[in-house]
Amino acid sequence: MRPVYLVSGGVSKFAKARPDVTFQPMVKEAYDYALKDLGLEHRKAAEIVDGTIASYFSDHFTRQLKAGSMVQDYLGLCPKPSKRVEGGGATGGLAFQSGWESVASGRYDICVVYGWETMSRVNTWKGNEFIALASDVSFDYPVGGFYSGYYAMMVVRHMKQFGTSVEQMALVSVKNHHNALHNPYAQKRMKIRIEDVRRAEMVAWPLTMLDICVMSDGAAVTILASAEGVDKLDKATGRRPRPARVTGVGGGIDAMRMADRPHAEVILLPHEKAEDYEGLKYPGVHSFRAGRMASKTAYQMAGITDPARELDFIELHDAYTSSELQTYEDMGLCRYGEGGKFVEAGKPFMPGLDYGYRFPAQGTIPINPSGGLLACGHPVGATGLMQAVFALWQLQGSIARHFGNDRLQVKNARRGAIHSHAGTGTYVSVSILERAF
Amino acid sequence: MNEQDSKRRIKLTETEDGNVLFNVPFPKDLKDLKGMAPIVIKQPYHIDYIHSYGQDSPFFAGLANGKLLGTRCGPCRYTYGTPRLHCMVCGEPCAWVELPREGAVHTFTVCHFGGEEFLGETPFILILVEWPGVDTLFLSRLVGVEPEAASLAWIGMKVCAQFKRLSKFKPTDVYFVPG
Ligand SMILES: [Zn+2]
Repeated sequence: MRPVYLVSGGVSKFAKARPDVTFQPMVKEAYDYALKDLGLEHRKAAEIVDGTIASYFSDHFTRQLKAGSMVQDYLGLCPKPSKRVEGGGATGGLAFQSGWESVASGRYDICVVYGWETMSRVNTWKGNEFIALASDVSFDYPVGGFYSGYYAMMVVRHMKQFGTSVEQMALVSVKNHHNALHNPYAQKRMKIRIEDVRRAEMVAWPLTMLDICVMSDGAAVTILASAEGVDKLDKATGRRPRPARVTGVGGGIDAMRMADRPHAEVILLPHEKAEDYEGLKYPGVHSFRAGRMASKTAYQMAGITDPARELDFIELHDAYTSSELQTYEDMGLCRYGEGGKFVEAGKPFMPGLDYGYRFPAQGTIPINPSGGLLACGHPVGATGLMQAVFALWQLQGSIARHFGNDRLQVKNARRGAIHSHAGTGTYVSVSILERAF
Repeated sequence: MNEQDSKRRIKLTETEDGNVLFNVPFPKDLKDLKGMAPIVIKQPYHIDYIHSYGQDSPFFAGLANGKLLGTRCGPCRYTYGTPRLHCMVCGEPCAWVELPREGAVHTFTVCHFGGEEFLGETPFILILVEWPGVDTLFLSRLVGVEPEAASLAWIGMKVCAQFKRLSKFKPTDVYFVPG
C-alpha cells in the first residue's frame, strides 16, 4: 500500500430542496469548487484524473438507475473508469475509503470521489418510508418502519442502562446548531437552548424535531492522490497542493435487525480494560458495535492509542443527538456510559465560542465543529464526503477562506477523524486524516 | 422559541392534489430562459412486489395459528427471538421453537410521526421484547398503555402476545399488551 493524500474538496450548499437543478449540475458545483481551490483547469483535470467513485444512496429517491454515469458525463470525465458505492447513511464514508483503496493499490494516481442525494423529490413522510426500507422488510419495516423510532428505542435503552438524560442529548443539538451559525454551508443555523429542544415537537419519544437531522439536497466532492498524483497536480497547476494524508481507514458492520444484536462483551480499545465494563452486556441496542470496530481498526492503522488525546477534532455522523452521544463512547473518547457526562462537561464544544452555558472543560476535543448533520443537513451520498472536505479545511487551516470567518477553525489542527454511519449502526466507517505539508 | 414562532407552526393542512397545467409562458429572448423557475411535475409510482418470506415463512404461518415462533441452534443452543434459519454464532441450521407468550419490554418508543404508510396509525408504540433464555429480541407493537405516559418505568414491564383473528401475514399479526 502506498500513501494516499486528500488534496482538495468542494461542497454545494445543502438545502431542503434544489428544484433549480437536477443532480448532475449540483455535483458539478462541488467539483468546480474543488478544482478551483487547487487551481486546476477543467480540461487538465479531465486529462489527469485516472478514475472516479460515485457515492449515492437511494435509487428510490433519485428514481433513476445508473445515475452515476450521468454525473460522470456531465463532469466531462468520460471515458475514465468509475464505479458506484452504496452503504446507506455511510455511503459517503465508504466511497471515500473506496477512493483511498484505488489510490493505495496503485490503480489510480488521481481519483475523484463525488457524492450527492436529492431527497426533496418526495414529501418528508414518503422520504421517511424510503429510508425505513433500509430495515428488514419482512420483520422490521412492516411493524412501523421509521428510523427516528429505531434510534429512540436505542437511546431509551442507553438512558435506562447508564442514566443518560434528554437534557444531555439536547446539549448536542445546542452545540451543533450553534456551530453552524458560523458555517455558511449549513442548512439550519440557530442559537437555541436545552428548553427549545425539549419543547420542540415530539417525533419518537424522547427524540424531538431538534434531536433529528433533516433531509437535504446536496453534493460534495473530494480529490485523492498518490505522491505521484500530488506531483502531477503540482506540475499541472504550478501550485503545491496542501494535502492531508489518510493515515487510517477502519470499518465495521452489525446485524441489520437491532433485535439480532448480541449481549456479550465489549470490544476493548488499547486504553481500556476489561474491568471497566464488568457486567455490561454489549452491544445490545444501546451501543454501536460497528462503530467500535471501525474506530479500533482505523486507530490501529494510524497508531492511535488514546483517541481523546491524540485527535484534534472529529466530524462524526450525528443523524440524531443521541447517536452523537453514543458515538463518543464507540470512538473511545470516554468510557461506555459516560457520553452524557462528556457533553455536559463541554468537551465536544468549540473552545472560545459562547454557547450561553458554562462548562468545566469546554473544547478539549471539538466534535462536529461544522455543525454536523444536525445543522448542515444529510443528503446521504454527500454527507460522508462533506465531512472529509471540512476535515481537510481544518487541517489546512483554511476554514476562514472557505467559511468567510475563522470561528470554527480548530487551532493548529494536525490530526482529525471522520466517521460515517448507516442503518441502526449497520455500516460504519472511520478514517483518520493528518496534515501533510 | 418565541410566541411568533409558535404561531407560525399553526398551519392549514396542505395536500398535493391540484390543477393540470397545459401551457407555460415562454420568453421572446432565449437569454431569459435561465432566469425562469424550474418546471416541477408529479410522477406517480406504484408497484406491487411479489415478496416471498422464503425460509422464514413458517413464522407467519405460526402467527396465523396463534403461535409465536423463534429458532434455536442445535449444536450451540443459541436461541433467536426473531427467527434466523442459520446460526450467527456457529453457522449451523436452526430449528423452529415456540416462544413463550409472556415476555418483557427491553426498550420502547412512542412514534408521533412515521413513514407515510404508518402516519395514520400515530401515535403508536414500538417495543423490543425480551425473554429469559432467549438470546435475541423481537420487534413488535405495544397496545393498551397511554402513549402520553411514556416513561423509562415501562422497561421491564411484563407483556403478553396477542394475535389478530384476521391474519394479514405480516409481523403485526402479533402484538403485545401489558400483563
Ligand atoms: Zn449455533
